[in-house]
Amino acid sequence: MHGYELKRAYDQRLPQVRPLAFGQVYATLGRLLRDGLVASTGPERLTGPDRTAYSLTKDGRVTLERWLGTVEPPMPYVNSALFAKVVVALLVVDVEQARAYLIAQRQAHTDRLRELTALKTAPSATVDEVVAADYAIAHLDADLRWLRTTLERVADWHREVRA
Amino acid sequence: MTKLEARGLVKSYGPTPALRDVTLDIDEGEIVAVTGPSGCGKSTLLHCLAGILRPDAGEVSWRGHRIDTWSEAARSRLRRTEFGVLFQFGQLVAELTAAENVALPLLLAGTGRRAARAAACDWLERLGVAEYADVRPGEMSGGQQQRCATARALVTEPRVLFADEPTGALDTVTGEQVLTQLVRLARQQRTAVVLITHEPRIAAYADREIVLRDGAIDHTGLGLDAPLSGGAR
Repeated sequence: MHGYELKRAYDQRLPQVRPLAFGQVYATLGRLLRDGLVASTGPERLTGPDRTAYSLTKDGRVTLERWLGTVEPPMPYVNSALFAKVVVALLVVDVEQARAYLIAQRQAHTDRLRELTALKTAPSATVDEVVAADYAIAHLDADLRWLRTTLERVADWHREVRA
Repeated sequence: MTKLEARGLVKSYGPTPALRDVTLDIDEGEIVAVTGPSGCGKSTLLHCLAGILRPDAGEVSWRGHRIDTWSEAARSRLRRTEFGVLFQFGQLVAELTAAENVALPLLLAGTGRRAARAAACDWLERLGVAEYADVRPGEMSGGQQQRCATARALVTEPRVLFADEPTGALDTVTGEQVLTQLVRLARQQRTAVVLITHEPRIAAYADREIVLRDGAIDHTGLGLDAPLSGGAR
């Protein structure tokens, strides 16, 4: 597969993920080549410029299968800017600042939830798009539940943080 | 011109107030979610808007005509023609097949038997349950029943569909499939939808959200169980 084809497959199969630059594709292929995980089958010219095709080596396939079989640690840390911002607001400003932030963030989350729902319910939506939107929707929904319960608890939390 | 308007709706059950001065407008083809915590008056509001309940005070108007003063027979006729209603549990007639259930509103409105059956089968097809046309509700899953109930609610091509927690009894995947189809079909035929839910991800199917709290519209849009007060909680 050529770098260009890889980039196209990435865009098509992983919609809604952080965009991938062409430079990043070639830099990553370079590292995989250096580590012996992919092999270059040499430049070829169909129409247009020369293109190098790459394929997985035996080591590359073993590494890929190991990665696919490795369970991701389920949320080992509460590593969220949302959580951190509320704590910092309570520590260095006041409960109103924390509350104002929670309300504004809740609105932004709700708007994005609506946007993604419109995307997945459009008659032209592909299964790729529906599955990707569902992933984001489930996470936004979880955040929204946290934002709501935290809004109700923020004053108690403030007292504890300031005690 | 299609517009449903409520002005100053008040409704109580004995000494318990359910709606306190609710005013809202719903435009043609608009999908509006009504959300809020349990017991905030969502279902009572839907029942008043759909002409099922009469408010104690206030007005409900449809295309400029007050309907809350109409007789039960006239309001019932409106629900058979221009309004459609869908509940959490489909409330299909157990003795009738899916196609007979879906054809029922058309038969009541005077459509001939053959045309009603054809329209019913067409709507079952659109909801993806055509193969259950001759099956009774008892032999269908909850999701299949709710698809039939959705077909029955839309078969008259109502101008407003009132849906009270329409996916509340379904698992997440089935619920979302039913809702996706409902919203697509409603948008296609410009049917306005009043969608009652307490789930943010269901409310996100709507164009707009109205939040109720203690029987009144919560203009903060937060619908929290307790009021926010500066550091007191």
